[in-house]
Amino acid sequence: MNLLLEAAAWLADAAHWTGPGSVPVRVLEHLWVTALVVGAAAVVAIPTGVWVGHTGRGRTAVIAFAGAARAVPTLGLLTLLGLWLGIGLGAPLLALVVLAVPSLLAGAYSGVESVDGTTTSAARAIGMSEWQIVTRVELPLAAPVILGGVRAATLQVIATATLAAYIADAGLGRFLFNGLKSRDYAQMLAGALLVTLIALLFEVLLAAAQRRAARAARPAGQKSTSPSNPVFPKGPS
Amino acid sequence: MTWFSHAWGWVLELTWAHLWLSLPAILLSVAIAVPVGRLAFRRPGLGGALLSGSSLLYSIPALPLLIIVPAVFGVPLRSSATIIIALTVYGAALMVRTAADAFASVDSHVREAAIAVGHAPRELFWKVDLPLAVPVLVAGLRVVTVSTVGLVTIGALIGVPSLGTLFTDGFQRGIVAEVATGLIATVVLALALDGLCLLAGRALTPWRRAVEGAGA
Amino acid sequence: MKRLLTLTAIAAAAVLPLAACGNSDPLAEDSGSGPAGGSGGPLVIGSQDYYSSEIIAEVYAQALEAEGMEVQREFRIGQREAYLPELEAGRLDLFPEYTGPLLQYWEPNTEARLSDDVYAALSEATPDGLRVLDQAEATDQDAYVVTEEFAEKWDLETIDDLADVDEEITLGANSEAESRPNGPQGLADAYGVDAGFTPIEDGGGPLTVKALKDGDIQMAIIYTGDPSIAKNGLVALEDTKGLFLASHVVPLAGDAVGEEAADIINSVSAALTSDDLLELNGRSVDEQLPAATIAEDWLAGQDL
Repeated sequence: MNLLLEAAAWLADAAHWTGPGSVPVRVLEHLWVTALVVGAAAVVAIPTGVWVGHTGRGRTAVIAFAGAARAVPTLGLLTLLGLWLGIGLGAPLLALVVLAVPSLLAGAYSGVESVDGTTTSAARAIGMSEWQIVTRVELPLAAPVILGGVRAATLQVIATATLAAYIADAGLGRFLFNGLKSRDYAQMLAGALLVTLIALLFEVLLAAAQRRAARAARPAGQKSTSPSNPVFPKGPS
Repeated sequence: MTWFSHAWGWVLELTWAHLWLSLPAILLSVAIAVPVGRLAFRRPGLGGALLSGSSLLYSIPALPLLIIVPAVFGVPLRSSATIIIALTVYGAALMVRTAADAFASVDSHVREAAIAVGHAPRELFWKVDLPLAVPVLVAGLRVVTVSTVGLVTIGALIGVPSLGTLFTDGFQRGIVAEVATGLIATVVLALALDGLCLLAGRALTPWRRAVEGAGA
Repeated sequence: MKRLLTLTAIAAAAVLPLAACGNSDPLAEDSGSGPAGGSGGPLVIGSQDYYSSEIIAEVYAQALEAEGMEVQREFRIGQREAYLPELEAGRLDLFPEYTGPLLQYWEPNTEARLSDDVYAALSEATPDGLRVLDQAEATDQDAYVVTEEFAEKWDLETIDDLADVDEEITLGANSEAESRPNGPQGLADAYGVDAGFTPIEDGGGPLTVKALKDGDIQMAIIYTGDPSIAKNGLVALEDTKGLFLASHVVPLAGDAVGEEAADIINSVSAALTSDDLLELNGRSVDEQLPAATIAEDWLAGQDL
């Protein structure tokens, strides 16, 4: 409890709020890294996931890949990539993309897959092209689940982006490493609190977006069940 | 390969240690997440807060968590207990939401039918809800299993041996084979346990195969 | 949230027996289960999470075993904040340490820099229940390191020579250096040299070396005992004004280490030179041998 008070005192200290390396700068860096990573990962993972969900092709491969990618220790990957790419933001960004991809991929394919087959058959019957089926039927219906994937990936990246500070002068991780190495645990906990606050903010925003998408996907009085969680891929049954 | 010829015995020991850190954390995560998830499902008002709270627990960076756990639970910093508790926090946080989804996936007609044929509400959980929730629960369990096995490597940060040790040691000595062995062994162990979960899930839901067989 | 915390607390109660169960495996041995020193059980020897420290600890262990003593190995324990409390609590009995950093851990503002001063101050600063045995000649200390090309270009031998460097210098090191005397602030105060700072958290490891070679940083803090300095054509700059504390290998011992054991360890320290240490580290890195083999070979070549 004491430690928590010390962390609060650290945060309240005005000296930590101005100048280079201060709290606002680190928060902005952290948000910037998160946005870049989730954006890049989404560009790769969501179209792939939608394609897999729509065609049913490559499903086993994608599940296997997502499973293996989840087990890769991010710090390990980061150091290996660092040896290859050198210091700076390149290696952490790449390692974090690998972290974000499984959730996004799982969200996209399970979302599209969960769209009722009779709905897509009906769309086909009235003469929609495959492209139209994907964009006008499957994507809107799958949106809540896809957004769930974005939500899970974003939270993971916010928490893990602290590792960027391992080889780059960026992000809230600087407070964690600095605090750990100089035994300034108040600083370390303050950094962790800031990370958790940012996570809370995004959790609230993305949950709201997900609810809105769920309402749009089930219009006109259909009872909406809670959007199923896409983070958890159904096994290859 | 020079390195491996000297060190394979050590790799096995570390794999074993890794397993013994992972298993308790996974089991505890499930033991916590299932009741909390059921609570979240039955009381949607409370449920939203519970689910968001668990997401937030998952967002605590590992480094501070390893410092906070000994302070909160009074265990020594460098102990299996610290790692297992920290991983349980992550695992349970990760699984609560699926657990809630799992109970939501049980068809309410089935539940009503069970009451109609005379099951007491108390029996409902063990005889109807839980078995029918198993498929989704197993999906959640698999994710917790794989991510826990991957996360055990953070134990290297506080000196608890696991496959992560190969990682720090190999990195310091610049032995790529050692680092790669650490990474690969971690992933293989994760996938092996994942396979066991899958088999356990099948064994626990024999009726699904019957239904699928009939449908095919 | 609160409820979840309570549940987690309950789970913690449940975890302890399970954890103990995992500990039937000697590797996962819980620190608490070790013999609490002094009562005739085996001496518990620890090491840092650093291959060189592990080799020295293994040398201690084998030297003691050769005299018929019983030891227990608890190697690769993380950082000082993790293992020093265990030494103070008597759960670890013997640990290879480094005089400078250990002194700085207990007395961050110490003025001591030279070998004997540091050792004297350290003996003074060591808490009750612990003591430092004789220090070895072998040193493994932080130093400013640059690439050979950079050193030749600016004709660098000592840190003072950096004053003539006409381009921007960025120092790469663990983040704590930013606020420590051996970071940019200390460099400016002692030598009047201005340098930027980039954190690289691998303690002068391969990432740091790569950053030097890539030219992302011009100078790094690397241990002098690291074979990568010679292997990568790096040059350590001489520290004429004492930014860095002398850092000899020194055994930190608890009360359980009796006179006989202390004598054995002291004779090891008397034999361990800086060249030996570099060779031991080199065998670990180049021949990729386990610490036990390297220690055994070295001990076989000594006349202790």
